[in-house]
Order: sequence, then structure tokens, then C-alpha cells
Amino acid sequence: MSTNKVIHAIYNDDDVLMDAVRKTRIAHHHIEEVFTPFPVHGLDKAMGIAPTRLAICAFIYGCLGLTVATTMMDYIMIQDWPQDIGGKPSFSYIQNMPAFVPVMFEMTVFFAAHLMVVTFYMRSKLWPFKQAENPDVRTTDDHFLMEVAVSGNEEDMVSFFQNTGAVEVKVIEKH
Amino acid sequence: MYTFSSKLKTFSFILMIVGILGIGYGFLTAPKDIQEVEKILAASAHGEHHAAAAEGHEAAPAHEAEAAPAKATHEATPAAVAVNAKEKDLDTMHVDTLSVAVAPAAESHEAPAVAHKAHKAEVHDEHAEHQAHLEHVLHQLQNKPWAALYVACIFFMFISLGVLAFYAIQQVAQAGWSPVLFRVMQGITAYLPVGSVIFFIFLILCGLHFNHLFIWLDPKVVAEDELIRNKSGYLNFPFWIIRAAVFLIGWNLYRYYSRKNCLAQDEANDDLYYKKNFKLSAVFLVFFIVTESIMSWDWIMSIDPHWFSTLFGWYVFMSFFVSAVTTICLVTLYLKSKGYLEHVNTSHIHDLAKFMFGFSVFWTYLWFSQFMLIWYANIPEEVTYFITRIEHYNLPFFGAVVMNFVFPILILVNTDFKRITWVLVMAGTVILFGHYIDFFNMIMPSSVGDQWFIGISEISSVLFFLGLFILVVFTALTKVPLLPKRNPFIEESKHFHY
Repeated sequence: MSTNKVIHAIYNDDDVLMDAVRKTRIAHHHIEEVFTPFPVHGLDKAMGIAPTRLAICAFIYGCLGLTVATTMMDYIMIQDWPQDIGGKPSFSYIQNMPAFVPVMFEMTVFFAAHLMVVTFYMRSKLWPFKQAENPDVRTTDDHFLMEVAVSGNEEDMVSFFQNTGAVEVKVIEKH
Repeated sequence: MYTFSSKLKTFSFILMIVGILGIGYGFLTAPKDIQEVEKILAASAHGEHHAAAAEGHEAAPAHEAEAAPAKATHEATPAAVAVNAKEKDLDTMHVDTLSVAVAPAAESHEAPAVAHKAHKAEVHDEHAEHQAHLEHVLHQLQNKPWAALYVACIFFMFISLGVLAFYAIQQVAQAGWSPVLFRVMQGITAYLPVGSVIFFIFLILCGLHFNHLFIWLDPKVVAEDELIRNKSGYLNFPFWIIRAAVFLIGWNLYRYYSRKNCLAQDEANDDLYYKKNFKLSAVFLVFFIVTESIMSWDWIMSIDPHWFSTLFGWYVFMSFFVSAVTTICLVTLYLKSKGYLEHVNTSHIHDLAKFMFGFSVFWTYLWFSQFMLIWYANIPEEVTYFITRIEHYNLPFFGAVVMNFVFPILILVNTDFKRITWVLVMAGTVILFGHYIDFFNMIMPSSVGDQWFIGISEISSVLFFLGLFILVVFTALTKVPLLPKRNPFIEESKHFHY
């Protein structure tokens, strides 16, 4: 469709919203986005959003952190200058490994946590001074908003969303 | 209602019979006197001990230098050679002391008369030392079937004790997910009274000097050992056995009344019995954590009465607690697969798997904290504990970490895997084996030392107690319905999803 009109259906209850999302999916309207003031349990499933892969990223970052810690300490403590510090055996990495475990653990957690957070910010396009993309200020307080692309008959769609329990249905021209 | 499948019953009987036969074999084949020990050592010497001796030489380069003159002396005095060769076969440690002893003799080799006299003295000393060594090995070999029985006995009793603790925590925490599993947990804790009785009899047998597991129970040892003598205010048989009785009775009382109240709650019109159970569980948990700590000193740490560690109680606790959660998970999966647990869904299983994962990591944390603190400070009186384990139990000692940490963390970290039955059965089996090895590592090194082997005694002890465990647990499960009726959280639990 050549129009870039969208419908904003606004709800004031998350149960009504969930129900509306389900009906909309069954009616094969394309849901662009849903804005909610708080996480609605099961909303992603109802919308059919693919599960996140952030945990997989975190695992890989953790492995990276472990590698960094191991390489760093092996180079510094064993390869570069294997001093005798209080009788700790520095002939090979494994001999002195228990002493390195706290660092290895913390680095693993550090890399997994921070890189995952950065990944999350990048993937969800969040940064300081970013322009807020809020279509309706009430959605941060107590209203839920579903944005659906208009296709086919506009009036039919408006009445469809009014029947889903929306407190307000608006048709908006998007740029 | 659950009906005990006849196949499983037969299976448990077979396990018990095979176990008893194996245990009996272990006791019958244990050496009775020093002559037998000598034969056993001579038979095994040609194989392992040569390799061990060779290893010893490699490990200490300075030692080789000593070994060479030693050889020279051997050639010079054929009489000594015979004794020495025999001695050499015994074990690495012994060879070490021997060649050190022989080395000075070699130095004085240039003056044959002096050397010869010195040699006579040496041979004499060596003979006494040899006898002492044989006696030492005899004690270890005689301990072996007892220790094997003890490890299996304590392990299975601890599993049901751990389930009891987990159950009490669920009651007190008012967990909304677990009430559908309460009857499974109660079924597993049914092993506790049976296991306690066997265990208590075992402790009494130790006190009656049927074995040499707890060396501080031997008045001869105590008389010679000042360290143990100083501890005898705590480590004496009457006090020790009374403590054991109090602990076992306390745990069993909680189990008995908690189950009774739970069944009464089914028939009641109000929540009085539920509230009673809540209070009882809270009191039990306080009692448990105190007694758990003390029993870990009494029953495990005192096997090595020269050694002590402050976090040992929690470490033992985590070891059997994670095994307990794993057992709940495995029994639940079994009953579910037979269609008896209608309201248990993959989310309940998922929660159990998360506990398995979390507690495995926590066990590792405690294992490592204990190991690393002692390794780092390297204070001789503490560090011997780990030196014997690393030298003589290298594979079990580090293998336990792989089985109890590396394996579960890589398998159970995945959310989807925590819902797949076969993955959980596999992970659970490895965790249970791993924690058996863990208890093996705690008990064996101080009781049988380097004479350990996972052979007929060990395996059949495990089989016997496994058979008994299955028999008792699944018989108990047939007694009452598998779903509590009037638990205030039962509806929430039936519809639990994650």
C-alpha cells in the first residue's frame, strides 16, 4: 500500500490489550508496535516476536572474558617475568592457577555483563540524547497503545479496533 | 495412587542381593594378617609399584643422584639387595626414605669394613620399618570394605536428609510451585529412618572396634597421639554416639510429624495443620543447620582427626543438597513418565533443573574456597589433606570437579535443555555419580590411603543401598495419594508455569 497511515488503538488495561493483540493477529492485521508503561507478561508471545538471543551473546562474551583473563595472566605471570612471589610456583599456568581463578571469574562476569548491556543498547537503539519515540505521552503512565498499519478499508479497521475494547482509536499519517 | 511396578521391585531386590554378595566378598577377601598383606603387595608390586617408583624418581631429580650410589651398594652387598629389592617394590614413599638412608652408606663405601657394619644396622632398621609399613597397609586394606560401605551408607542417607531440608525450605518459603511435588519429596525422605538405623548401627560397630575407620576411637592411637588426646573432650565415643543419636532422632521426628500433619491437612476443614507444619519446618531448619555442621565434623572430618576446616559443614551440606534436588528431579521424571503426576509440567521440572544448576555452582564455590585458601596459605598442618588427595586420588579429586561443575554448567545453562527429560536424566546421573565420588574423596584418603580402588566392595555397597533406597522410597510412594488435597498453595502449584 502506498499510504503510510497507521492506526493507534489505545487501551487502559493490559488484559484488554492482550486480548486485542490476539484478535488482531487472528484478523491478520500487521502490528507495527505496542507501547506499554510496564512489561506485560506474555505480550511478546502473543505478538509472535522471536525469542531474544541476548543470552547466547552473553555466553560468548563470557568465554571471551575468560580467554582475556587467562591470556593476560599467563603472559604477565608465567611467560614475561616468572618471579618467585612468596613461593608460588610460576613454572606453568596450571601450577599457579588457583591464584588466578578469582580474576578469571570476575573477568568472565565483567565481559558477559557489560558487553551484553552494550549489545542491548545497540540493538534497541538506546543512547543519551536520543530523541524519544513516544507516540502518546500517556503510554508511559497508564495507557497501552497498539500501532497497526492501515491496509485495505480504513473504516472497517477503525471499527474493528473499537470493538476490541479500545478507549480511543486514531488514524495517523506517519512520515 | 501410585502402584509399585513389579519390575522395579524385582530390580531393587536384585540390586540388594548382588550388593550383599559383593559386600560379603569384600569382607571375606580383606587380608587378615601381615603375611597376607605381604603376598598381596608382592603380587601387585610388579605391576603398578614399579611404575610408581619410576615416577617418583622422575619427580625428584635430586633423588636420582641418590639412587645411583644406592645401586652401587646393592651390588656390593648381595644380602642387602634381596631386602632392598623387596622394599623397593613397596611404594614410592618408602623407596624415598630407603635410598636416603642408603646414600650415606654408599659414601662410606671406600672403607668396606665400616660400610659393612653400617649396613647391618641399616638392614635391621629397614626390617622394623618394613614391618611397620606392612601393618599400616594391613589396616588400610582391612578398612577398605568398611569404608566402601560407609561411603555408600552415608551418601544415601544424606540424599534423603537433603530432600528433607529442601522440603522444609519449600514449606517455610511458602513456595507456590512445589506443593505438587511434596508427596514425592516425602516419599524420598521415607528412606531416612531406614538409612539412619543402618548408619547408627554402623557407628556403634565402629565404637566396638570392628573396624579402624575412626582412628581416635582406638585407645592405643589416642595414647600415642597428643593432638587427638587434646581433642578427646569432644572426640570420645559416648559423647559422639549420643550426638549422633540426638541428630538422627531429631531429623526423623521432623520427618514423621511433618508427613503426619500434611496428611491430616488433607482431611481438615481449616489450615491448622498447614500452620503447624510451617512452624515445625522453621524450627527444624534451625535445628538442621546446627546439627548438619556438627555431624559433618563428627562423621566425616573426624576420620582425619588431625585436620580441620571451618567451611567443611557447608561444603558437605551442598554436596548432598544438590544430590537431593537431583534425586527429586529424577524420581519426578520417572513418575511423570509413568503418568502418575498429572499436574507436574515442564515448568516444575525447569525449576528443579535450575536448582540443580545453581547448587552445583554453589558446591563448586565452596569446594574451591576450601581448596584455594589452604593451597594459597600452604600451612603444613592443613595442606596435607589436599596433598594426599592430589597425589593418590588425582583422578577422583579433579574428576569430581569436572562431573559436578564443568559438566552441569555447560549442559544446564541452556533454558531449553532444562525441560528435556533425557538431558536431565543424563545430567542428573553425572551429578549423582560426581557427588558419590565427592564423598569418596572425603572419606577414603584418611581411611584406606593409597590402597583405594573402585572395585567390588565399593560398587556393591552402592548397589545394595541403591536397591534399598528404591525399595523403601517407591513403597512409601504407594501409601498415600501423590497430590496433597488441601494445601493452601496447591492450586497455584497446579497452574504453575514459567
